[in-house]
Amino acid sequence: MKNRPFEILIKNLLRATTYCIVIFIGYILFDIIRKGLPAINWEFISGFPRKSGSEGGIFPAIVGTLYLLFGTMLTALPLGIASAVYLSEYARQTLFTRSIRLAIITLAGVPSIVFGLFGLGMFVIFFGFGASILAGSLTLACMVLPTIIVASEEALRAVPQSLREGSLALGATQWQTIWKNVLPYSLSGMLTGSILGIGRAAGETAPILLTVAAFFLPKLPQSIFDQVMALPYHLYILATQHPEAHKVRPLQYGTALVLLALVISLSSGAMLLRSYFRRKYRW
Amino acid sequence: MVTHNNPQNDSEVKIQTNHLNFYYGAVQALFDISMNISARQVTAFIGPSGCGKSTLLRTLNRMNDTIDIARVEGEVFIDGRDIYKDDVNVVDLRKKVGMVFQKSNPFPKSIFENIAYGPRIHGIRNKKELGGIVETSLKGAGLWDEVKDRLNDNAMGLSGGQQQRLCIARALAVGPEILLMDEPASALDPKSTTRVEDLIGELRETYTIVIVTHNMQQASRVSDYTAFFYEGSLIEYDYTKKIFTNPGEKQTEDYITGRFG
Amino acid sequence: MSRHLQKDIEALKEKIIAMGGLVEDRVYQATISIINRDKALAQAVINGDEEIDTIDVSIDEESMKLLALYQPVAIDLRFIVAVMKINNDLERVGDLAVNIAERSAFLATRDPIEFPFDLRAMAEKAEDMLTRSIDAFINLDVKEAYRIRSEDDQVDAYNREMYARIKDDLLNQPENINGLLHAVSIGRHLERIADHATNIAEEVIYLVQARIVRHRPEVFKE
Repeated sequence: MKNRPFEILIKNLLRATTYCIVIFIGYILFDIIRKGLPAINWEFISGFPRKSGSEGGIFPAIVGTLYLLFGTMLTALPLGIASAVYLSEYARQTLFTRSIRLAIITLAGVPSIVFGLFGLGMFVIFFGFGASILAGSLTLACMVLPTIIVASEEALRAVPQSLREGSLALGATQWQTIWKNVLPYSLSGMLTGSILGIGRAAGETAPILLTVAAFFLPKLPQSIFDQVMALPYHLYILATQHPEAHKVRPLQYGTALVLLALVISLSSGAMLLRSYFRRKYRW
Repeated sequence: MVTHNNPQNDSEVKIQTNHLNFYYGAVQALFDISMNISARQVTAFIGPSGCGKSTLLRTLNRMNDTIDIARVEGEVFIDGRDIYKDDVNVVDLRKKVGMVFQKSNPFPKSIFENIAYGPRIHGIRNKKELGGIVETSLKGAGLWDEVKDRLNDNAMGLSGGQQQRLCIARALAVGPEILLMDEPASALDPKSTTRVEDLIGELRETYTIVIVTHNMQQASRVSDYTAFFYEGSLIEYDYTKKIFTNPGEKQTEDYITGRFG
Repeated sequence: MSRHLQKDIEALKEKIIAMGGLVEDRVYQATISIINRDKALAQAVINGDEEIDTIDVSIDEESMKLLALYQPVAIDLRFIVAVMKINNDLERVGDLAVNIAERSAFLATRDPIEFPFDLRAMAEKAEDMLTRSIDAFINLDVKEAYRIRSEDDQVDAYNREMYARIKDDLLNQPENINGLLHAVSIGRHLERIADHATNIAEEVIYLVQARIVRHRPEVFKE
């Protein structure tokens, strides 16, 4: 009873902090929308760039980003989930597995430019893919792999041990147990974490800088070995390298807005997916 | 320090342990356990917490295999075959030896899917056949009448007592000969407990049942034989009525009269 | 939980011991009242039966309570069951003491008769067996219990002797029949007191060894 005023103070302090953050983010969003909206029109979204990107649309960049996203997901999801399943369900808790986990977590903190350099050396040069969607996707995949593995492991660990034991006690093998009685219930968590991670990758500039992105490529890619435009890179160039930076300001904000919209829809998609799986496998 | 070991000379031996020692890494949990468990009877394992009764139960269907540091010495014979021999198929073993856990663990699936899980794993795909098995198992567990109209409902919506009976039905569905029950009624209200105990009494006609319980009244109500464990050793093993009217070991008497533990 | 049970068991033990002592006194007083032709003493014994009945009921109720509330097992269970049975036997002995006292009261109003058996010896024997059986219970003395069992024969011997002499007396002095019949009654009561003492001894054996030796006269040793 004595510390009632203290309790109220704390509560309001926390509330204020949260509101500040929300307001701050809200302002950024608002700013981008305000300045970017004028640039958005059908031509912008569906048209090709002209005059070194100072006029026209960013359609190839949108397509490029989508291709990269798709490629990253195709590579990183299966690999990441498989690793998570191995680490969580099969591996024994030895020094070795603990070092693996440490390595994964460390990797999550490596700066994206380092991944870019790695991708350049490994995929572009050593494997000889050249600057391409393939190299870009693989690089981005490396970058999001730690996130996916960690998220998936968490999701797997959240499934109660009693479900595994119940299945084993009925005579199921370990894989049968995982496939039928563990994976279905961890799916929602895995997908949520993974998609959010991949969504972040959609907006990374540094890794694609060195491995795939081109600034002015007014045609769509024909194969995975082609270079491609990408939204974050496009925005970067518009904002920093373009000779007429102030003139293309609206285009910068427009690009930013499109990128933002993309990421937001990805996140929303992730949320929807999560609630779908939650309802389906309620536990 | 065992008295009256293997009391039943007149009935068939279903499970036999022979100088069984069990280790969790460097820590020994079971010391030289040798006992015979009779077919189609209920045998209760009692003893204070940590005495090893659950550990022993889990060695009978090799559930301890899931624990990395677990190690078994000695032999466990079921129908005369050592289940820890290299060539033993653990999947088949667990078909034969079913287990019901302390905290009921229905799968977050429909009631039907829960029961059909086991048979499906073992290759039964025919819908009609599965339906028949589900019905038989639910009837065997005394749950059929309550759920027959809602087999597609999520099993998590059942009450605690129903969930536990569901788990029993699920175990019955794979057609075991032995049922291991680890404190099957400890989380249930008195009425559900009685129903589960009555069920055990009925199942006894067909299955060999081993039940671990810390509730002595339950052991005395439900079992034919009782084994008392203390700190990993088998102290006394005899007919239940003997253990509870006139136990041979003072330690047993002290435990069941509540003077310790 | 067990502490409460132990306390209650101790209390029950005290009660039954007290009951035992009370009943012993009554028997003694009853037989003395015959020997001394003391009508007042006899009457006192008769009046005192109510007290015994009250304790009997309370011991029964207390035992039932312990069984219901604690669901005791093993030695605790055997103890409470033994108490209930001994209680029963003691209450019957109390009734027998009253019966003897009633005979005594009647005989005191008549001319003294000659008993066709050694009243004093038989009474002392029966009382001794009763006392020792209660002691055996208090001390959980199985050896003593077995001894008491074997002595029941002696009392039966007195009884047979009594019947033999009565036959003679009846033939020779038929006018004494009334007094003789009372004497026979008293003899039978004493014999039954000895039987109850034997029962108590058998209950002690069950309590300690979980052996039921009732109806098994051949079991005389542990």
